[in-house]
Amino acid sequence: MTSPHRLITASPHLGVPDSTPKIMWSVVGSLVPVIATATWIFGPSVPLVLLAATAGAILTERAFGRRGSLGDGSAAITGVLLGLSLPAGLPLWMAFVGGAFGIGFGKVIFGGLGQNAFNPALLGRAFLQAAFPVAMTTWPARTGSWWTLAGDNLAWPFASPLVVDALTGATPLGLMKFEQVPTGLWDLAVGTTGGSIGETAGVVILVCGGYLALRNYLDWRIPAGIFLTVAILAALLQAVDGVRYAGPMAMLFSGGLMLGAMYMATDMVTSPVTHVGSWIFGMGIGVLVVIIRYWGGLAEGVMYAILLMNSLVPFINRATQPRAFGARTRLQP
Amino acid sequence: MRQTTPQMDFLRGIWRENPVLIQMLGLCPALAVTNTVANSIAMGVATFFVLLGSSLLVSTFKRWVPHEVRISTYVLIIATFVTIADMLLEAVVPTVHKALGAFVGLIVVNCMILSRQEAFASKQPIGRSLLDAAGTGFGFILALLMMGAVREVLGNGTFLGISLFGPNFEPWVIMILPPGGFLTLGLWLLVLSWIQRRRAESAKVADWPAGVAQRRAA
Repeated sequence: MTSPHRLITASPHLGVPDSTPKIMWSVVGSLVPVIATATWIFGPSVPLVLLAATAGAILTERAFGRRGSLGDGSAAITGVLLGLSLPAGLPLWMAFVGGAFGIGFGKVIFGGLGQNAFNPALLGRAFLQAAFPVAMTTWPARTGSWWTLAGDNLAWPFASPLVVDALTGATPLGLMKFEQVPTGLWDLAVGTTGGSIGETAGVVILVCGGYLALRNYLDWRIPAGIFLTVAILAALLQAVDGVRYAGPMAMLFSGGLMLGAMYMATDMVTSPVTHVGSWIFGMGIGVLVVIIRYWGGLAEGVMYAILLMNSLVPFINRATQPRAFGARTRLQP
Repeated sequence: MRQTTPQMDFLRGIWRENPVLIQMLGLCPALAVTNTVANSIAMGVATFFVLLGSSLLVSTFKRWVPHEVRISTYVLIIATFVTIADMLLEAVVPTVHKALGAFVGLIVVNCMILSRQEAFASKQPIGRSLLDAAGTGFGFILALLMMGAVREVLGNGTFLGISLFGPNFEPWVIMILPPGGFLTLGLWLLVLSWIQRRRAESAKVADWPAGVAQRRAA
């Protein structure tokens, strides 16, 4: 961290090239292909929404955060991830409000980076979902030229977006849940479906997240736990009723599961620190996702699954505390 | 207690010891029925009336109330005034009465009212008890108005039913729902404690010895 003079240990010392800003900006960099794919799919609305959400996050961090906390890039990540989890047609002012809320109430209020209990980007999204439920579930269908905006992005602040019914589509999960219409696996994998900006291109997210996992910037156990749990549960349920329940691959590649598992659940601040804890955390998210998707009122449950498990992280950490070598009992904090 | 002046009795409850914003009492109605300004005013006025009436009676009869049953006596007195307030609201503003629902009846268990009886009215003369009740009641109305104004403007785009942003306003649904109450209360507490800190810093009040003493005691 930034205060090495406080760490007094015996030599030899091992230098670590990683730092908070380096990791954070690597995560932002790894999202570039995801953003590019999303822009290719949804058009110029994508950079606009991302910029609005990031501006909200960064300005709030600048105004209320600690001095110099902008440089570590965590506010930028929050903004970009929040933007990726929004529908492309969302009015920009709503994206801005979401970014400001995520940083203000999700991070700064707890004392800044490292102190927050919940993932700020998801908190911002949860707020938007509760505040503007209609705008947050209006998924634009791609019609006309690439250059047309996906929705009423440029609505005045505080004004409702003008929704043209003919231009909205449904998400694969919504189709499956409410109309029992499955979506082709190829469409799900490359992202040519309805949905939030960054969640549709499953394969791209998988590759980008895999790169981060290889560099050890995210704990691979968390997404692995989520994927395994969801896949196994989905396979079991499909065996019970193949019409109502989608198969494991469709479950994995639809909705925000890829983005959530790779980028949001693995937030270093809000995930467990132990390896066993990471598995428990991931599996808990997987179970909750399946429960919410199949039996909840909503079509998608990744956001609430992650937020719920975020709240359990302190308990997971405590329960999975490793035993010190030679000690009979667990270390007491 | 002796050295306080009548003005202090009155003013204390409005700002420095505001029941909701400082003492954190009576939070249930403050969170539940402040989704519009009209509801806030009705709730605040009803509570004000109950508080004033109860303080008057409790202070009047303080010598004849046995110590062992004083709380139940206070609750009986409060309940009497709550019943009156409930019937008055139903007769005068039936729509608001309907919107407030069970929360009018729940004024009985508003700990802010009981705390004023126990801490003040049962020990002080009638005049000062009335001043204290009026100050606390105004403080309660003020706090409810602060909450209701934010929640109605954001959640409905109106203030007292008057549209502020035109017909195209997108309501922030969450602000009318219970989470909006918690968010608004938290925001006001944030703003107030920020103001207080600014004031303390500018007055060069060294508050750390108090903190240290507290930590030692704990």
